[in-house]
Amino acid sequence: MEQNELIPHLFRTEYQKIVAVLSRLFGIEHIETAEDIVSDTFLQATELWGLKGLPPNPTAWLYTVAKNKTKDYLKRDTLFAQKVSLELKNITSTLDEIEIDLSHKNINDSQLAMMFAVCHPSISAESQIALSLNLLCGFGAEEIAEAFLTNKEVIYKRLNRAKEKLRIEKVKIEPPTLFEINDRLATVLTTLYLLFNEGYYSTSQNTTIRKELCREAMRLTFLLIENQNTGKPAVNALLSLMCFHSSRFEARLNPNGEIILYEDQDTNLWSTELIKKGEYYLNQSSKGEELSKYHFEAAIAYWHTQKNDTTEKWETILQLYNRLLQIEYSPIAALNRTYALAKANGKEEAIVEAEKLNLTGNHLYHSLLGHLYTGIDDTKALNHFQIAVNTAKSDSEKAVILKNINRISNVINSN
Amino acid sequence: MKDFLLVFRNDYSTQPKASPEEMQAEMKKWMDWIGGIAAQNKLTNPGNPLGSAGKVVRPNNVITDGPYTEIKELIGGYTIVKAETIEEAAGLAKGCPILYVGGNVEVREVIAM
Repeated sequence: MEQNELIPHLFRTEYQKIVAVLSRLFGIEHIETAEDIVSDTFLQATELWGLKGLPPNPTAWLYTVAKNKTKDYLKRDTLFAQKVSLELKNITSTLDEIEIDLSHKNINDSQLAMMFAVCHPSISAESQIALSLNLLCGFGAEEIAEAFLTNKEVIYKRLNRAKEKLRIEKVKIEPPTLFEINDRLATVLTTLYLLFNEGYYSTSQNTTIRKELCREAMRLTFLLIENQNTGKPAVNALLSLMCFHSSRFEARLNPNGEIILYEDQDTNLWSTELIKKGEYYLNQSSKGEELSKYHFEAAIAYWHTQKNDTTEKWETILQLYNRLLQIEYSPIAALNRTYALAKANGKEEAIVEAEKLNLTGNHLYHSLLGHLYTGIDDTKALNHFQIAVNTAKSDSEKAVILKNINRISNVINSN
Repeated sequence: MKDFLLVFRNDYSTQPKASPEEMQAEMKKWMDWIGGIAAQNKLTNPGNPLGSAGKVVRPNNVITDGPYTEIKELIGGYTIVKAETIEEAAGLAKGCPILYVGGNVEVREVIAM
């Protein structure tokens, strides 16, 4: 990595680590102080490193400076120190004895604690994602805005409101108890799932940020797996799902950031390493009684890594969708199930079932019907693709549909 | 949306014995049918099949085997769907695989207490 890439990357990864540790030390009401100290550290690093070059161990340098700044801050602001001291259980005498523990274990514990704090029930789902990106992944408001396709001010307000909420609710940044794990793990997983999807399905053309979002979601999920209390089957299933999906990252976008459909992908670009990892975590996820929606989604994703179009493949995928939909309905699962139904039972049956779905406002519904009618009733197929192209949201989706329209128009015209 | 109980009945005494392949094919039909209702977001509870053995408890400590001694059609299982009207619920029952093997589906509204 070049130095101009290394520093932003280092700042992002170290930012969230130090912020988590300091926030846990100070308590939730002083997150901003923690953020200020870390920003200050980075400012000093940028100035100094710009002049003198990188120190031999940049991370250690950052930790030392952050620790000293924290101590200075506590000495200078005695009122703050007193308030904080009341909350610090282990403080016995002087400030010099405050232990700012930036060990690997404490960083992981603090981030895990932060994850459960961010997923507090008082925070809305979209704010949880923004907060996770900010506090757990070290993304600034601008980068989050880029990923959400909105402006910086919106995200800035959203983050501040959410932090205010955490303060009002006096949410504690502590390792979750077994009760809290049972109570909140599902929400944490939903947030990580959405975070991953934000990167994977985002309409943002910025592929670097999109990959980073997926990587961060996987890193945080792995953090849960590493902890023996949170490393439950559903968590392994979720990571497995993420591995299978990411294995196609290079194959599903062309150099312009446009989507390449599964059927048209160059399978040589699929990452066998990630597929293997996905299989490993899928096996791990079966060690238990629990069958979550992530298990079904991971199993579906596993079958999609099988390149050959066999009857067994599509029949299994159909049955997995049948089970998934019984656990949780979603329009996208309903549409995908109907696609699998066409592959397993034939297009005629799938058309009848598709028309029952009542998703006429959804462009993917019309894309699906366009696909199903292709070769059966091309005029109807064309109709549906035309509705789809008019309602599709992003240019890359429109481009895919237009290709279908051209293909069918050619067939109709040549007859 | 209201919930409706679908009760599946059939005369199981007249059913021919199925081979494992036939049983698997029959199972797939059920899974596809339930999956189709779930894909319309109209499934409340997939329900369960019921075992063939049963007992009927009557007043005065009278317990008899049954109910198959009295009625020919036995309840084989149930599913709960959601729909706006009983007609819509009956529409969902139309594709039920039991209809193709001589059985029937009774549709009843679940009254929320």
